[in-house]
Amino acid sequence: MTHLQDQQPAYTAPGEAGPDAPVAPATGSDDSEALCEQVTRAHAERATLRIVGGDTKAFYGRRVDTTQSLSTTGHHGIVHYDPVELVATARAGTRLRDLERALADNGQRLAFEPPYFGDDATVGGMVAAGLSGPRRPWVGAVRDFVLGVRVITSEGKLLRFGGEVMKNVAGYDLSRLMVGAQGTLGVLTEVSFKVLPLPQASACLRLELPLPDALDRLAAWGREPLPITGAAHDGEALHIRLEGGEGSVSATRQRLGGELDEPLFWSQLRELRLPFFDGAFANAADRTLWRLSLPALARTPALDGDWLIDWGGAQRWLQSPTGSGAEGHHDIAIREAAIAAGGHATRITPVDDENSPFTPLPPVLAKYHRQLKQRLDPQGIFNPGRLYADW
Amino acid sequence: MELLYDERIDGEIADVDKSALMAAILAVAPQLTLLDREEDLRPFECDGLSAYRVLPMLVAMPATLAEVEALMRVCYEHAVPVVTRGAGTGLSGGALPLEKGVLLVMSRFNKILSVDADARIARVQPGVRNLAISEAAAPYGLYYAPDPSSQIACSIGGNVAENAGGVHCLKYGLTVHNVLSVDIVTIEGERMTLGGESLDTPGYDLLALFMGSEGMLGVITEVTVRLLPKPEVAKVLMACFDDVELAGKAVGDIIAAGCIPGGLEMMDNLAIRAAEDFIHAGYPVEAQAILLCELDGVEADVQADCERVRDLLEAAGATQIQLARDDAERQLFWAGRKAAFPAVGRMSPDYYCIDGTIPRRELPRVLKGINDLSAHYGLRVANVFHAGDGNLHPLILFDANQPGELEATEALGGKILELCVEAGGSITGEHGVGREKLNQMCTQFAADEITLFHAVKSAFDERRLLNPGKNIPTLARCAEFGAMHVHHGELPHPELPRF
Ligand SMILES: Cc1cc2nc3c(=O)[nH]c(=O)nc-3n(C[C@H](O)[C@H](O)[C@H](O)COP(=O)(O)OP(=O)(O)OC[C@H]3O[C@@H](n4cnc5c(N)ncnc54)[C@H](O)[C@@H]3O)c2cc1C
Repeated sequence: MTHLQDQQPAYTAPGEAGPDAPVAPATGSDDSEALCEQVTRAHAERATLRIVGGDTKAFYGRRVDTTQSLSTTGHHGIVHYDPVELVATARAGTRLRDLERALADNGQRLAFEPPYFGDDATVGGMVAAGLSGPRRPWVGAVRDFVLGVRVITSEGKLLRFGGEVMKNVAGYDLSRLMVGAQGTLGVLTEVSFKVLPLPQASACLRLELPLPDALDRLAAWGREPLPITGAAHDGEALHIRLEGGEGSVSATRQRLGGELDEPLFWSQLRELRLPFFDGAFANAADRTLWRLSLPALARTPALDGDWLIDWGGAQRWLQSPTGSGAEGHHDIAIREAAIAAGGHATRITPVDDENSPFTPLPPVLAKYHRQLKQRLDPQGIFNPGRLYADW
Repeated sequence: MELLYDERIDGEIADVDKSALMAAILAVAPQLTLLDREEDLRPFECDGLSAYRVLPMLVAMPATLAEVEALMRVCYEHAVPVVTRGAGTGLSGGALPLEKGVLLVMSRFNKILSVDADARIARVQPGVRNLAISEAAAPYGLYYAPDPSSQIACSIGGNVAENAGGVHCLKYGLTVHNVLSVDIVTIEGERMTLGGESLDTPGYDLLALFMGSEGMLGVITEVTVRLLPKPEVAKVLMACFDDVELAGKAVGDIIAAGCIPGGLEMMDNLAIRAAEDFIHAGYPVEAQAILLCELDGVEADVQADCERVRDLLEAAGATQIQLARDDAERQLFWAGRKAAFPAVGRMSPDYYCIDGTIPRRELPRVLKGINDLSAHYGLRVANVFHAGDGNLHPLILFDANQPGELEATEALGGKILELCVEAGGSITGEHGVGREKLNQMCTQFAADEITLFHAVKSAFDERRLLNPGKNIPTLARCAEFGAMHVHHGELPHPELPRF
């Protein structure tokens, strides 16, 4: 068992150096001026911009038809990382794997377990996409760990919201608003995260159980303080991940039973690389992959296709036979079933059509979304139509 | 006094005929309780920041959603500002009324609608007290984690509007981390739900945007919170230090060791003495600082963590370390901390609570700065500190009856907040900007950033009728009162447009 204090933090200056000493030497390259200029020019020319990080999540959302693209990859590097403060700040074009490596070197991590979908995934793209991994229900989502951002507005101004402190309620929380906004409200240039120590112990279990029984057990276990940080059902078995102190992990392992399982399961689940997903991606013509976000204990909607359950039931992947037409009856049935179950459905397999893969918003919400977009990006420069066709 | 609404720099508010307005409201909501006699309005003239008082034109106490909607529609049509009030425990004047406005009091929305133990959620009305949620969840072994010291009184609606925190936030998060959805009535009287029982919803994260928005974007009419299973055991270590800086460093050592305590709080000598005198918690009155460190979880882990933390505290120079013997002593240790504000209140005719945040590494420098400022203004300051997450609560002791002391106190408070911003922190960690910290907002944010905040506001409330003159200063105010703007090293712009 190694504790953090045994390790040499790579980025911290010695504590004795005093508060004015830089906490972390900035590395990488600062391209923010050029990015601001490009936005200012686009604003003046009434052009539109597709914001591109590693371009690994382009499939997630509507295709953006713009006059130019703006690449963040020249703007990279970890700006500050102070393990003692549990805070790391990185430029948007930093590769996610570089940030996570620096954290791992100090025994820490991004607890929300972001999917990569490719080696080139950037910090900015990850935050803009707002996707969280299998740990999400127990530990939190991307937005729960974002402390601050720097963002380029549609007029080309570089502004700062939030910061590097754990608590900050001055003004509106624009940092969290940017998470999952898919770059439609501004260009992220820098993000500060709360980071957490790696757990002292972990274990992965596999319990052969049908899904309804699995959900019942999860509900019962959920009422106890067990160190569960992953619960997925692949159609045959319930997979459980435990992370925490040595004592609680080994006691819980004994209690839950089942057989020991490979940790690889969880990274493959996060990256949608389990055999279940191969089917969907290999046969995109006649299989469509949907993501249903539902209350964890919701009954499985009566829909055709194969299911894989993650997030203890709160995230359900459906591989369904592709419906006829762009947004065929079948697609509408899936959306309606998800709404009836108290959640929503997102089409993951891209389809070349006008429809958004995201569930349409109810009218009042749609109105305030449009007004917010209109106020923050009046000319519609950034990723027009990325989330929904009309803005 | 600049704390009261100033139409010249906070924006003009139209005059309305009170009786015509009352008639219009009662025409669409005949059962709605409206108060307009001075003696009925008096109890609502201030929130927890009681130095500032304004009588509202009218108090409305709706009991149904339909009444809230009807009220909002009429106020929108008549361009009458609406200030929403929960329990009125806010410490930044967020619920300070307007003399030309309606005060919408949500205290009748006080029902717990459901507790679902399997799903671990509770649906409650916004006027429900924070502690009442944990009490309702207790039979199922569950609780609602954010625990502001005011939890016996403050409402969950007010908690959402302030993104309230508590002594257990380092590990369990703030309000924003523990709320699944809120129902909103907009200024135009429309209903919408932000978030949901699923873990995400399509579109923007408006739920996060509304957290801490201080009643500026809509009225919260229902809240669904996440409940957590109660930890099996919780133990508290109290460590004494004869030097505040050493205590500050010990906090960093604990976290650097990969340990996230359930709570990690610090008090300085003046706060220790005040609390001990009031609660008799067994605090050592001669210590310069104490740390309270709560470790919770399953028995085996907590034992191991306690030993680890004890070693760290010893190495960090603690003069005495005491493990609460049993749950009663643990509660007592916390009772002293949770009563710190009123305890300090007993030492002085008045006290003023400041709420800055800083990166923890800056603690020694900022504490020294506060000491120097305290000496300069000739006012005593007691320090209570959510040490784990860098949230300082310096309490300034003063006597409002001494001419000039209130003004000196405000000036000292403002300086402390500027010090926090300079150190890379924020002017408020949990109490909000409200009416109180408008001028300091100009210190923390540049004009363009403030302009963007106004853009967000206008997306939800174009006519600026929801709680005007709170949370975000006008640029005119920043031009007049904005202190030296230290953000980005820029200076204030004298040529700022005024509106
Ligand atoms: C002794 C003491 C200790 C405290 N300790 C803490 C602490 O540890 N942590 C902490 O975070 N705070 C603390 N506070 C501050 C205060 O209790 C919190 O800010 C609390 O969240 C306010 O809730 P309230 O119901 O009293 O809101 P109010 O004071 O009534 O209102 C606060 C703000 O919320 C808005 N609001 C209220 N209800 C609604 C609604 N339904 N819809 C829209 N807007 C609404 C108001 O307009 C106002 O802007 C403390 C206060 C006191 C007096």
